[in-house]
Amino acid sequence: MTSKVMLGNEAIARGAWEAGCHVAAGYPGTPSTEILETIAADYRDIKAQWSPNEKVALEVAAGASIAGARSLSTMKHVGLNVAADPLFTFSYTGVNGGFVIINADDPGAWSSQNEQDNRHYARAAKLPMLEPSSPAEAREFTKKAFEISEKFDRTVIVRITTRIAHSQGIVELGDRENVPVKDFVRDPKKYVMIPAHARPKHKKIEEQQAEIMDYSCTSGLNRIEWGGKKRGIITNGIAYQYVKEVCPDDSVLKIGMVWPLPEKLINEFAAGVEELYVVEELDPFIEDYVKAMGYEVKGKDIIPLCGELTPEIVDEALNGNKTVKAVPEYAGDLPGRPPGLCKGCPHAFVFDVIKKLDLNVNGDIGCYTLGVLPPYSAMHTQGCMGASIGMHLGMEKAHGPEMAAKSVAVIGDSTFIHSGITPLIDLVYNKGTGTVIIMDNRTTAMTGHQENPATGKTLMGEETFELDLEAICKAVGVKRVRVIDPKDKDELEKVLSEEISTREPSVIITKRKCILKR
Amino acid sequence: MKSVIFNGVGGQGVILASKVLMEVAMKNGYDVKESEVHGMAQRGGSVECNVRFGEKVYSPLIQKGKADFIVSFELLESMRKTDYLNDDTVLLVNREQINPAPVEIGVMEYPSDIEEWLEKNVKNVKILDTKDALIGAGTKKALNIVMLGSLSKYLEFELSDWEDAIKGLVKEQFVEQNIKAFNLGRALV
Ligand code: SF4
Repeated sequence: MTSKVMLGNEAIARGAWEAGCHVAAGYPGTPSTEILETIAADYRDIKAQWSPNEKVALEVAAGASIAGARSLSTMKHVGLNVAADPLFTFSYTGVNGGFVIINADDPGAWSSQNEQDNRHYARAAKLPMLEPSSPAEAREFTKKAFEISEKFDRTVIVRITTRIAHSQGIVELGDRENVPVKDFVRDPKKYVMIPAHARPKHKKIEEQQAEIMDYSCTSGLNRIEWGGKKRGIITNGIAYQYVKEVCPDDSVLKIGMVWPLPEKLINEFAAGVEELYVVEELDPFIEDYVKAMGYEVKGKDIIPLCGELTPEIVDEALNGNKTVKAVPEYAGDLPGRPPGLCKGCPHAFVFDVIKKLDLNVNGDIGCYTLGVLPPYSAMHTQGCMGASIGMHLGMEKAHGPEMAAKSVAVIGDSTFIHSGITPLIDLVYNKGTGTVIIMDNRTTAMTGHQENPATGKTLMGEETFELDLEAICKAVGVKRVRVIDPKDKDELEKVLSEEISTREPSVIITKRKCILKR
Repeated sequence: MKSVIFNGVGGQGVILASKVLMEVAMKNGYDVKESEVHGMAQRGGSVECNVRFGEKVYSPLIQKGKADFIVSFELLESMRKTDYLNDDTVLLVNREQINPAPVEIGVMEYPSDIEEWLEKNVKNVKILDTKDALIGAGTKKALNIVMLGSLSKYLEFELSDWEDAIKGLVKEQFVEQNIKAFNLGRALV
């Protein structure tokens, strides 16, 4: 058996390949991006693609699965919000070829707008969810997930967090399983969710839950590691490693399948120890469940609810050990090192002009979100992918067209394609007069320069149709669309001043390649 | 068990240095784990890797107060990891100043007393002047490997293991340069 040092995300790509996966679709998002990039680079038997957004990616993978292929969809935690609609209904239809969703949470919000805990999705959508604790398990669990998906005819979510996705460890490598693509069988009762089909399906998946819970107890994904009987700690994901590190003598119930939770095992574990603890990152997901089973546990009363856990946090909470400082506090002020736009970044020109005109700026998600920081300080709202344009219209609705005349929405090319087109339709349809700047840097820069429909290249490196942003804007009814090079700041200032004062919708496409894009 | 922190600024090659160490440790039969902070680092932010190797490694993250080595590629960055020091920790610091954004735009000053503070407060600190080594290697880009060379003096591994790992991880045309950088770094301590 060969083994290799791998990143968690690389290990997932490997696991999918070994499982015989045929199709993979996703949208870039830290910390999930490297999974599809690795597939495109190293495992080209899998047809991998970037979709315009996570909803489409999930639907492409669902379609592939129903058509008989083993398929994978990858996205970051907030991406699953975008894909939540198909998620819930494909939970009812089930699969044909195994269907696995990899979902990467970001406790600590290292590169995200929130710290949502996506374990709740498994419970809400009633889907089995696995959670590895290391890169080695990331490979193993991804393979297992395909097996479970086909065994129970359900979509399976593998949840990872930043510390799994972006940590490396030794991973054992196996061969690719030869799994033929099955035939597509027309079965509207299974695949067309009209109410008459959905109701019995709902019943069926509720009934099946007991069977999956049995599996959760017996599969080995959840396991008891008996140690001292005084203290028993239930833990999952990366927190398991911290617990093993700082409490090596305690009993541990390791949760590798976070939904459905293994009630029998929890009972057995609780009966075998004097005091029960739950150590988990973010929400009290396991803790609430165990409490609802009637047990007294220590959990979020000693483990923080917000942010990432670390070994020292767990050590202090469980053992009362405080970190001993070896050196005194430095008395001076240490400047931070916040990320910033690269020198010569095309977005910087745009922000210089916007700042000069002192506009209200509805921002969006990408490198350009850094426009909120000095020296630009030129962003005043930002929420999620595509929000800038809808919020821009909302502000105009609140205050009238005068508001639009001193405001602007800024959005990147990839984000516009992801979810900026529908709000632009709204802006035209509902008689907004605002100006939208599409900062077209010819790439999806923030997540590491991925291709998108407007770059004319696919994830696999093939040439393809290059989406024409100008034509799209015109097609949805924006009559004033101007394309300029932002490096000419005087021209940009002139154009922007004109467009914001014109009482009709307008789009300025500032087109200049990101300096780091090859 | 050994716990090593590499830290520096985006673009300095922190992740590659940690990869080379991992390869060497794995080849010597150790379990290895690493944790890295990606994300916005590419835009000039701080970058950090934790590498741990030993019989069996659980946490990829090093606990505060428990680093055996901290290798900082930049002066100011070394100050961000002082919580991880204990009385035995060896701190290797590259004597180089890279101004962060708040200094560049003039709202803060780059502290001028870092070296002095480190020498006074950290028992096992070595502030390394890497300039000549980089000139010798013929490229500033090899700073990560120079620092790794310095670290290697404190570790048990064979020189040939380091060379093999570098060969496996660096593009062929840069191998010679990097091995030179490694040896020059090794001679710095
Ligand atoms: S990566 Fe490109 S788009 Fe992002 S900050 Fe740098 S130059 Fe700008």
